Amino acid sequence: MAYDASDDPRQLFGRPTPRIDGVAKVTGAARYASDEPVANPAYAYLVTSAVARGRVAGFDLDQARAAPGFIDVLTHENVGGQVKTNPDPAGKPDNTTTLESDKIWHDGQIIAVVLAESFEAARDAAHRVGVRYAAEAPSASFDSPGVQVEAHKPQTPDAKKGDAAGAFEGAPVKVEARYSTPTQHHNPIELFTTTCVWDGPKLTIYEPTQSMWGLKGGLAKQLSLDPKDVRTVSRFVGGAFGSKGSPTGRTAWIALAAKRLNRPVKLIASRDQGFTIATYRAETRQQVKLGATRDGKLVSFFHEGWEVTSRPSGYNVAGVETTARMYACPNIATAVNVVHADRNTPGFMRAPPETPYMFGLESAMDELAYALNMDPVELRRVNDTQTDPVDGRPFSSRSLMPCFDQAAARFGWSRRDPKPGAMRDGDWQVGWGCATACYPSNIGPAAARLSLTPSGKAAIQLAGHEIGTGAYTTVAVTVAHALGLKVEDVTVTMGDSDLPPVPVAGGSNNAASTTNVAYKACQMVRDRVAGAAVKAQDSPFHGADPAALRLQDGLLRGPGNLSEPLDKAVARTGGRLEVYAENIPAGLPPSAAQGLYEGKMVMSRGTGRKDVTAFAFGAHFVEMRVHVRTREARVGRVVSAFAAGTIVNPTTAHSQFMSGAIWGLSAALHEATEIDADAARYVNDNLADYLLPVNADVPPIEIIMVPEKDDRVNPLGVKGIGEIGITGMNAAVANAVFHATGKRIRDLPIRVEHLL
Amino acid sequence: MRPFAYDRAETTALAARHPTAQGQTDAKVQFLAGGTTLLDLMKLDVLRPERVVDITPLKARHSGIEVGPDGLRLGGLAAMAAVADHPAVKRDYPAIAEALQLAASPQLRNMATLGGNVLQRTRCPYYRDPSWAACNKRTPGSGCAAIGGFNRQHAVLGVSERCIAQYPGDFAVALAALDAEVELVGPGGARRISILDLHTGSDRPHIEHSLRPGEVIVGFRVPAAPWARRSTYLKIRDRQSYEFAIASAAVALDLDGGVVRHARIGLGGMAYKPWRAKAAEAALVGKPLTEDTATAAARLALEGAVGHGHNDYKVELGRRTVVRALLAASATEV
Repeated sequence: MAYDASDDPRQLFGRPTPRIDGVAKVTGAARYASDEPVANPAYAYLVTSAVARGRVAGFDLDQARAAPGFIDVLTHENVGGQVKTNPDPAGKPDNTTTLESDKIWHDGQIIAVVLAESFEAARDAAHRVGVRYAAEAPSASFDSPGVQVEAHKPQTPDAKKGDAAGAFEGAPVKVEARYSTPTQHHNPIELFTTTCVWDGPKLTIYEPTQSMWGLKGGLAKQLSLDPKDVRTVSRFVGGAFGSKGSPTGRTAWIALAAKRLNRPVKLIASRDQGFTIATYRAETRQQVKLGATRDGKLVSFFHEGWEVTSRPSGYNVAGVETTARMYACPNIATAVNVVHADRNTPGFMRAPPETPYMFGLESAMDELAYALNMDPVELRRVNDTQTDPVDGRPFSSRSLMPCFDQAAARFGWSRRDPKPGAMRDGDWQVGWGCATACYPSNIGPAAARLSLTPSGKAAIQLAGHEIGTGAYTTVAVTVAHALGLKVEDVTVTMGDSDLPPVPVAGGSNNAASTTNVAYKACQMVRDRVAGAAVKAQDSPFHGADPAALRLQDGLLRGPGNLSEPLDKAVARTGGRLEVYAENIPAGLPPSAAQGLYEGKMVMSRGTGRKDVTAFAFGAHFVEMRVHVRTREARVGRVVSAFAAGTIVNPTTAHSQFMSGAIWGLSAALHEATEIDADAARYVNDNLADYLLPVNADVPPIEIIMVPEKDDRVNPLGVKGIGEIGITGMNAAVANAVFHATGKRIRDLPIRVEHLL
Repeated sequence: MRPFAYDRAETTALAARHPTAQGQTDAKVQFLAGGTTLLDLMKLDVLRPERVVDITPLKARHSGIEVGPDGLRLGGLAAMAAVADHPAVKRDYPAIAEALQLAASPQLRNMATLGGNVLQRTRCPYYRDPSWAACNKRTPGSGCAAIGGFNRQHAVLGVSERCIAQYPGDFAVALAALDAEVELVGPGGARRISILDLHTGSDRPHIEHSLRPGEVIVGFRVPAAPWARRSTYLKIRDRQSYEFAIASAAVALDLDGGVVRHARIGLGGMAYKPWRAKAAEAALVGKPLTEDTATAAARLALEGAVGHGHNDYKVELGRRTVVRALLAASATEV
């Protein structure tokens, strides 16, 4: 290959690369947190509250103590004051407690930890724990007596511009509707597990996490330890989706148990406990008002949301921050309200704000298209913009309409008869719908250590997170291509807080954060090699401009087709060639690095930048089929297109987009956590009754990756892709169901009874 | 799961040495075959047997599939998958094969036996989680949390103020439609009962079935009948596979030209126990099978249905399911 003098790192990417950890995963060699061998562990089983509000009046523990293998039990009575309360996912101290006191905040709250010689013995003993409750009438959700509604006080003011109310009054065409989205739980296949091992003052926590350093910092605080004495290990995570993003209340108690027993303790929480000891996507209600001119231009945008949270926490997702930025509109108003109920605190779940709130907006846009008698794609085109409608900043790049146009062409959208109920296939009504997908492009500060040997082997270490996204591979691809090596010549070590910190694998920042820091480390390595070469008499590059030298094809190369083998070029740098890189994204203060080492969530957010507003965009097209008699709604086919800047690895990117799209179908048609209205308890807290799509529910899904070059979002032009796939899909499905049946479903999930 | 004693019964006679009030939820001895219901419920601490008697050795004698001139005989310990895939069953008793094929997942169909399947416990979430205090099925007299609770999947037929649990299975619904009998062997010898008499009613929800202590289901007999070939099982559910019915109908028709000579209708996904809609069947006899006659029959089939809020839709869905199944059966080439 010829010497390539390009300085554009984006050319390094885009080659489909199989997962480097794929074989380990499918052969069972990949070690998940609860697979880590520890010596002579005791096993913990949680006892959780059967009432949603009140106090624990007392325990009857005799039967449990008598169970074979019983060792110990922790309750508020014997350990209550010994750990500090875990903060809520937003980092606020106002969170529900576990066994700090006798107080019960919600159904399924951890109220005791039983320890025994085996998992089975611990479970048996836990089943024998008697609990006496002083129960009070709980509030389950929106319509329950006793909830407290509070206007959300955002850190930045609610998006507001012009006079939305006045413009709505005067608009010739209007849509005004209410929508709702249900409670949903992540249900990663890997359960919530924790293994704690003490070695003197040092604590090691094996726990699946999306935030190695966040868990480390959080637990140090809860247990009043020096953070340097806390190590977290999580080499592979078996699904997370946000549920493993912030520490949960369980971990500190397992650490305490291990301390008391002077022995490692292992917890594997049960599936139903996962519904209440971790976070979830809270139900929302929304009101959308859109006013438009007769040619479809928006003149008024109003979006208000209501979200459920726990009693003490103000956690909310406030998706109006995103929806207000979707389309050009001169008059904008938004509001968010939090509704406090007797529930566990919700938290991040794949596209936390966009999944519920884009349902409201994109359903309303479809309703507006019908009110205007306009094609829904054309309505998006009329209102497309390259300028953030709220802040007036340019989008770093925005390829929404290329996504719509390419997906529409593949889907055959031009053959659509717009009249609802007009398309039919035997006993099935057929409908086609579409919607916008979007997700802000975030990036955080990150660090990495990189070495290169004279034999051309690179090793990079960072406390990254493989939660199923292919993170090992994206880092390997970056290093391999930036150093001119083969992917198999790169070793990636992640999943250990003894390694340099990277941000939480959340907010779709992982690829941008880790590839940019890895690339920076590679540049430092190149600089060292090139700097040594130009000074060396025996190098062909003696006296050359070091900036013109590149690591390519396993060689150090330069202009004039000159090259030098790596063994010479690297050996010349003297000793071990290793660099430590930190990348603080532009716009963040230098103090952001400090936050990174403290495990705080510091991020440059796509909606919070001074220079640009940064989002990835996409478009979903869905065919829905509804049986004329029994009204089951099934998915016929899907075409989705996304433009998300530089695609690091198309192979894993495809999986991310497609899995997001599938989850969007699931969010529209299947998933809902049912709550007993009187008891405020989750009812279908298992994988049989909490419906997820099976293979038969998922039709062929075609993913189009629309090329997009973004010079402003970050040096590598990488936009996150982990969450965009799910966004908007729920609306696309509901819009297709409307087209099939003429029935507008504004409350998810869409079920047979809504269509009878 | 509580510690328990484990026994294996090599013969029905040995099984019969474990007489217990098996039909009761809190029975201290339980027979174990495929284990696909029992072990789940033990792990959930719903069932707490002191002794588990493994009857899988009975498979050697009681897992046959015989299709003869008098009808179909299925061994009580035959695997669901084996019957679902049997060519003669598929050809001559399609409702049976379809009901089995549409149930559960391949893994479960391989493990689960027919006898265990017909006795599958309800999926009522309030029953399956002992942290709910009120459940007359688990704790007689404690009340019913599903009434007034979340009851979208619950039954509308055969329910009482004591229990609205839904019978979750498919195969027994097809058996009910096709006049099947259950073969039992126990301490008192062998006997046969109608499938419709196997499951007991919602007035005593803590009693599951009418088996006598120590009795084992060793087989099922489905009589040969002119309507068996024109039979079908229609299962409506919230997803395409691996999911319980929210409404189902097993129907069989004997047609003379377009006119109904005999009809059989079993209902699932909406009833407390495998349900037979005899009034609906009678209404069809002598009439052409049309949209109108099917609709009238469906109305009769759901007569007396009682909704409890979230499951109100099942009354209308049940009717539509019957109509769709009847029209499908009448259109079948036999």
